[in-house]
Amino acid sequence: MRSVSVVGIGQLPVEKASNLSLRQLGGEAVRRAMEDAGVDRVDALFASNMLADEIQGQKHIAALIAEEANLFGVEALQARAAMAGGAAAIRVAFLSVASGEADLAIAVGVEKMSEGVATPALSKALDAAREVPDGATMISKNAELKRMYLDRYNVPEDGLVNFPVVAHDHARSNPFALYKKAISPGEVQSSRVVHAPLRLFECSPICDGAAAVVLAPSEQARAYNPNPVQILASSVVTDRFCIDDREDPLQLEAAHHSSYDAYRKANINREDIHLFEVHDAFSIMACLQLEAAGFAEPGQGWLLAVEDEIRLQGQIPITTMGGLKARGHPIGATGLYQVCEIVLQLTGRAGENQVRNAEIGMMQSVGGAATTVLTHIFGV
Amino acid sequence: MEITSHWRIKKQRYSLVGEECPHCSAKIFPPRDICPECGDEAKDHYQFSGRGEVYSYTTLYNAPAGYEEQAPYTVAMVQLEEGPLVTAQLTDIDVKEPEVGMPVEMVTRKLGSEGDRGILIYGYKFRPVLETA
Ligand SMILES: [Zn+2]
Repeated sequence: MRSVSVVGIGQLPVEKASNLSLRQLGGEAVRRAMEDAGVDRVDALFASNMLADEIQGQKHIAALIAEEANLFGVEALQARAAMAGGAAAIRVAFLSVASGEADLAIAVGVEKMSEGVATPALSKALDAAREVPDGATMISKNAELKRMYLDRYNVPEDGLVNFPVVAHDHARSNPFALYKKAISPGEVQSSRVVHAPLRLFECSPICDGAAAVVLAPSEQARAYNPNPVQILASSVVTDRFCIDDREDPLQLEAAHHSSYDAYRKANINREDIHLFEVHDAFSIMACLQLEAAGFAEPGQGWLLAVEDEIRLQGQIPITTMGGLKARGHPIGATGLYQVCEIVLQLTGRAGENQVRNAEIGMMQSVGGAATTVLTHIFGV
Repeated sequence: MEITSHWRIKKQRYSLVGEECPHCSAKIFPPRDICPECGDEAKDHYQFSGRGEVYSYTTLYNAPAGYEEQAPYTVAMVQLEEGPLVTAQLTDIDVKEPEVGMPVEMVTRKLGSEGDRGILIYGYKFRPVLETA
């Protein structure tokens, strides 16, 4: 297998409701990434989208975006893994270049949630025969996890409040972020109860967005970009499908094994990681991922947030450009935004949000109720 | 989901019938014919007692389509006394606020309606076990 690097990134601003169509969003992200890499052709395009077949009545996304980007005749396929589809597209593009099948591959993610009702569609990542008929949703499963966490570890009601507060602080100077304003702990705790004990400001927003990255063999990377970022590891692990069937629902086994599989593949220790883009679709998920990846003992992840260790100068900076909470979570595109942000961090282009001396960055994407977890590690 | 698939899982939905592994005695719910503990075939029916306790729960104020008329409702993970966790709604909780660890028992209730014809779906819910004097 060849070493693979990111040689181009392209992001569109995340918006509550974009004026661009699904097709245009995807095409524009591809064009921006290809322009950044200085190429007008790729060998393969791998697209991620979760909801277009529900919301826009559109399947066959990869060929649609390829055409919109004028990539006639190109290999174009879709990668899916519920909410982790963006990372799945990265992984397939990575494998395509690593194997030698493609010399230039693009991974693109697009989602336009503003044109429909997202929650029931998102809940289709749960077991349709078991959880959904009982009235459970993706949000309610996370609410149950939060209650379990608060109850088992005696965490105060406002114990997770710093996750969204920090995410919003970090989004302020990200031109692509949906919410560029700070929120206070009090505002989080007084926000509407969505499903008790989960509050609105702990949940990532419904939004539109698209992002893309171009991958090339590391050996040729500098021909495209003076500052390539190497993919040190790509890992995907699945858990028992339903939370109900897991030995301990608060131990995210897929996140744990994917993290440690990635550390092994990258030949690094957890301590070597300078920043961690978590999948903070809900604050509790960010907290449990920190524990699963080894940054905190079980029941102690919330303390990293309380003690400001998740900020830019902290022990493990997370959501450094706003995360899913404040940059936004346009589902199928989210994994691609995470890579773009890590590339900006590792190449010293993160502006006010720059993590100092950042050389190794990790991202994790979560599909379903932590059923499918992908971890990628990048380095310069 | 179509009516036929409801019919197929009707027994499991109505009455908490799962399986017991003949090899390692694991109690399996929902039935899947393969034991998740030891990987061997497990097809022996097992009737769960329907007793358990609340493992976690949440209350939904904005219900998904088909469940609007029930909102707000409380959905829980119930740990059956035989071991497995099941997702189910709590009912009759106007008499007692739910809490983690609260003893509950199974009852059959309407779960919601589905499709254009509004077909009613019945299944298990759990209610607090009332302490007897
Ligand atoms: Zn067995």
